[in-house]
Amino acid sequence: MLATALITGLVLGGTYALVAMGLTLQYGISRIMNLAYGETVIAASFGAYLLNNAIGINPLLGLALIVPLGFVFGYLVYGLMLRPLVARSRDAASLEINSILATFGLLFVIQGVMLVAFGTNFTSYSYMNFGVNVLGANIAANRLLAFVLAVAIGGGLYLLLTRTRWGTALRAVAVSPSSAALVGIDADRAARFAFALGSALAAAGGVIVSMYQTFTATSGVIFTMKALIVVIMGGVGNLLGALSAGLILGLVETFVATYLDPGLTLAATYLIFLAILLWRPAGLFGRAR
Amino acid sequence: MTNFSRRRVLRTLCMTATLLAVGAGGSALAQDRTSVKIGYAVSKTGPNAGGAGITTIPNYVLWVKEVNDAGGLEMPDGKRLPIELVEYDDRSSAEEVVRAVERLATQDKVDFMLPPWGTGFNLAVAPLFDRFGYPQLAVSAVTDKAPEFVKRWPKSFWLLGGGHDYTEALASLLAKARDDGTINDKISMISVADGFGIDLVTAARPSFEKAGFNVVYDVTYPAGTTDFSPMISEASSNGADTFVAFSYPPDTFAMTQQAQVAKFNPKVLYLGVGVGFPAYGAANGENATGVMSLGGIDPNNEANAAYRKRHEEVTGQAPDLWGSVVTYSSLQMLQEAIKRKGLDRDAVSAELSNGTFETALGEVKLEDNQLRKLWLGGQWQNGQFVAVAPADREGAAAPVLPKAPWKAQ
Repeated sequence: MLATALITGLVLGGTYALVAMGLTLQYGISRIMNLAYGETVIAASFGAYLLNNAIGINPLLGLALIVPLGFVFGYLVYGLMLRPLVARSRDAASLEINSILATFGLLFVIQGVMLVAFGTNFTSYSYMNFGVNVLGANIAANRLLAFVLAVAIGGGLYLLLTRTRWGTALRAVAVSPSSAALVGIDADRAARFAFALGSALAAAGGVIVSMYQTFTATSGVIFTMKALIVVIMGGVGNLLGALSAGLILGLVETFVATYLDPGLTLAATYLIFLAILLWRPAGLFGRAR
Repeated sequence: MTNFSRRRVLRTLCMTATLLAVGAGGSALAQDRTSVKIGYAVSKTGPNAGGAGITTIPNYVLWVKEVNDAGGLEMPDGKRLPIELVEYDDRSSAEEVVRAVERLATQDKVDFMLPPWGTGFNLAVAPLFDRFGYPQLAVSAVTDKAPEFVKRWPKSFWLLGGGHDYTEALASLLAKARDDGTINDKISMISVADGFGIDLVTAARPSFEKAGFNVVYDVTYPAGTTDFSPMISEASSNGADTFVAFSYPPDTFAMTQQAQVAKFNPKVLYLGVGVGFPAYGAANGENATGVMSLGGIDPNNEANAAYRKRHEEVTGQAPDLWGSVVTYSSLQMLQEAIKRKGLDRDAVSAELSNGTFETALGEVKLEDNQLRKLWLGGQWQNGQFVAVAPADREGAAAPVLPKAPWKAQ
């Protein structure tokens, strides 16, 4: 029972973390609070659904197609739409407000396109929906995949960010875009790259989530809100923070559902969120000024 | 790695939450023509769009198109007036639907209004329909309080029954299976802690108790839950042969998948809204067979089959197998009442209460402003969601129990 709850919780948390990591990159490094993040996730889900049902390309192969598309999409959005805002904004606070308003508009553009293209129907398909035995717990293969990907992506990107020159440059931009330029870092390029990487992660999350979750053209908001909670809990811009915050949420929800009452999962989620923010206002891994 | 102050994080969080709460946009869409003005406000965007986009909107579209293709609504003198449509998106917000209905009545001055989607939304606008004197043919509203509402709002009509009707039908179906020795007397029951789930589970507890069942697991979960494995694992180990979930569509889809993963094979699997969607059959294929839920259709009913065919031709999607045909039939009733009585709203309301109508549901006569002849339970059999309850109604199929175990995919 305990092992089952533990593993189920970790796997559920992995799916939360997977969806949140892209947002933490976009918000932490590019300083763009992207409200259209969930719509990017859903657009990728529809992409995976189309590939699977219309052309017969399975979602795992679909990843190879959709993730680069997500990257290109993020790159273009940043270059065409957000770059002028960054250039115009006087300081970080005004950029934040500008980016929230601009991406709020983008949210409706993407959602509108999806509504026209796919209607309001609940969409779902089945892929890798079989059980895998992990230490005595029976876990859905598609969810396990999401967990493995979350850990692999989170760990891999963490190593890249902390161990390579390129990653150090990205982190420098995250800390101070204006000072980064003084040591020869192209802050604009770094921010654009981080934003595109975040979009690619959102697309990856969307493809994986579509394997086991029913979605509609209008359900992006749910993903944005959940991802934002994970991001803020983990510390903005911190991949390991997003990963551990996601896992904590998953564990808490599963343990509460198993041992207390499934009705209390939402309350428990927000209780943990509050407790962590009171204890560490900048998030688990965040460093407060 | 970063340096975000608490104030900044909180400000962002507040701003985000506010903007997202303001909700999905899409502005009002109004067209102007001269003729019979019919208006509605319905959730075209937001969280309710999924349900409204299946049960309500396609039927409005289909009906208006059919009426106008035929030259318009027929009046008592035989003249035909085309429908002029006024349509608003309530963005899945209860305040917005109230505002839109008020606007339809006072500014657009429509001749008739069609109801919004959802129990809560229909209740929210009922006082306005009543105040402005419009008949309200509420379909996508399941409520046990219908008799009370009819007294309060005499021009309101409730066409999808109450939670009690559905749980009584389920309890009697289960009681028969138990008496036949197919299942034991234990039930596991979960429900979403939101409108539909609360109504149904409140009705189900006394229904099951009266039928002599023992509900061994009875929990609720918050709307938006995506992982049901803790509940499924509890239900699979407590010895109950029957699993009942009063769930919303995303939950229903998720539970079906997760039950397969967990190899959870209850003898009776009864899930909530979503089982009656054509997408459910499409997504689950063979494995949909045996799953039970609310609603159902009689596949041999010709009027219904013809309706389903037209629906698919005009809207490009199949109607759901519970509320859709009732929605469409309510519009046929309105059309016929207008043909008999003209555009006088009081006379039309009286006709709806007392008249007999030929619809896609067959012959319909309301009792105390409610539709009582309903399919209350269905089961997927041979690729169709056929009605199995009430068992004594003509056209009901026999339920196939126990449900066969999941097939490997």
